Amino acid sequence: MNSLKAAYRFLGRLEGFAIATVLLVLYLVLIMVAPAVFTRPMIYFSFLETVPPTLIAALGLTLVITAGEIDLSFPAVVSLSGFALAWGWKTFDPAYCAVIGVVLALAAGALVGYINGLMVARIGVPSIMATLAANFFWYGISILLAGGLQQTLRGSDENFVHELLVGRWFLGIPLQAVWSLVLAVFLWFILNRHKFGESVMFIGDNANVARVMGVNVEATRIRLFTLHGMIAAFSGIILTLNIGVFYPNQGNYLLPAMASVFVGGTSIAGGAGSIFGTFFGSYVIGSLEAGVVATTISGYWVQVVEGGVMAAVVVLNAATGKGDFASLFSRFRHNRGVQEFRSSGVQKDESVG
Amino acid sequence: MFSPLAMSNPLQDSPDQYALRMVNIDKYFGLIRALTSINLDVGRNEIVGLIGDNGAGKSTIVKILTGVFPPTSGELYIAGRKVDFRRYNVQSAHRHGIETVYQDKSLGEKQVLWRNFFIGRQIVNRFGFIDVKKQKAIANDIMLNTIGFRGKGITVDSTVSQLSGGERQGIAIGRAMYFEADLIILDEPTVALSLKEVAKVINFVHKIKEAGKASIYISHSLPDVYEVCDRFVVLDRGEIGASISKKEITLKELDDFLLEYAHGRKDKAKQ
Repeated sequence: MNSLKAAYRFLGRLEGFAIATVLLVLYLVLIMVAPAVFTRPMIYFSFLETVPPTLIAALGLTLVITAGEIDLSFPAVVSLSGFALAWGWKTFDPAYCAVIGVVLALAAGALVGYINGLMVARIGVPSIMATLAANFFWYGISILLAGGLQQTLRGSDENFVHELLVGRWFLGIPLQAVWSLVLAVFLWFILNRHKFGESVMFIGDNANVARVMGVNVEATRIRLFTLHGMIAAFSGIILTLNIGVFYPNQGNYLLPAMASVFVGGTSIAGGAGSIFGTFFGSYVIGSLEAGVVATTISGYWVQVVEGGVMAAVVVLNAATGKGDFASLFSRFRHNRGVQEFRSSGVQKDESVG
Repeated sequence: MFSPLAMSNPLQDSPDQYALRMVNIDKYFGLIRALTSINLDVGRNEIVGLIGDNGAGKSTIVKILTGVFPPTSGELYIAGRKVDFRRYNVQSAHRHGIETVYQDKSLGEKQVLWRNFFIGRQIVNRFGFIDVKKQKAIANDIMLNTIGFRGKGITVDSTVSQLSGGERQGIAIGRAMYFEADLIILDEPTVALSLKEVAKVINFVHKIKEAGKASIYISHSLPDVYEVCDRFVVLDRGEIGASISKKEITLKELDDFLLEYAHGRKDKAKQ
């Protein structure tokens, strides 16, 4: 019994374990209700191809939310960076147009993020407002530059950058799934083992404490938004390369990305973030729609089920934070404050990864 | 590194004698005089209690010492060396061994203790990655040996939110001591704590004395001040009203003195 408890405690400390379990249960349920689709590997390969763009943006967003900020402008970056890639692609020599396009796209993302950071850290605009405005503005710029037209990346299928980023690996695993996993591991180390990540956590926890203890709060915020701009640009590069076409209105996954972060167990209050929670959370969110459609129940049910699963997962996160369900029910009975309810959800910050 | 302190002057007092000297410090906020010729010395291993009503100028003194703002005039010597106020700020105060423990501004609540000990001065490799093992080992050493933190399942992996108010102050004090603070300013460290927690904080302050360091202890609670301090400095409307050594006075006498002092002030005001 004791060893069982110890095992439970160990697993509970593994980052993202709860949401990974939810993902497993989700697939088991889908296998039962739609065996024709979910017993074949094809659907899973399809997820590995479609989830990464959202996942990548959500990973960066996890850091931003950990710092107690929000970035609503990354959809515009996905569009703008896609345009930069497409423009580089058609403008330069086919031999190196892809490399230039990728560099331009990353630079565009960094620029947008840097400006966001300046607005938030130097001028003191609340990030929700600054990035909301930025989202409209940069979407507008992207549509303006593209003349509202989509652009095809000619010969993208034979290009080595295409092969490298979104090609197929052994057994046909889409490479973007591998890259997004690599990014997740990298960002986990940045958040949990790097000075920068620790500053991010303390700023999200209490910016005054961080400042008194010698953290350069403003510089860290600017770097953070710049980093997220580049990550969003990478998401845009993957998306655009994978389809081979740039659409000016691409990148409309603000809400799925935010949902991925929150079902993954990162608290809106800031101060703690779960990179692998976001990783598995993205696959939960990304698998829901296709899964519900595959069960052949009416399409009108899709959003009902999605919303229900999301709500269930965040309630579960809040409840299991302290490892006891009893307290969850007592909270409902005694109608205790929201603050208490929230802080219990933040407990799982230290993790083994 | 760029030093905000001028070279030591051989003519002034031996640098060993005082952790801190404030000489004729005046501070105006506009036309309002907040401090009037403050002369305050703190010995190398002395705990000085700063007593005074709200608005007496205690926090103004703290802010000048910690580099939040400079005085209007006067001189400040840290370990015998004169401070150049044009180059003195919160960071350089840290570098010169002055650490402040505030009631609630010292620790990140959701963070684990080993991160709290090292935030702002982590042990990192040249890529900026933290040496977690080393930090945890040192944090553990501080908790066990520097501040004598034992038991009740609190480890370096506990989060601050799991600690009581007194324990939090202990962590902040232990951190200040580990980082070689020569003078630790405790700004109302026992406000809003239960009696039991206050006892813990007082115990931590005794550790500062044992470690041979100096402290300025600011509190409203006279019994606490009396217990931990070697000397009491009474601050009254921006002036130093009295400086009394603990050897000269009992707690009862100190209490009576302060009451009389306040009455005398009222009588003066009536005349």
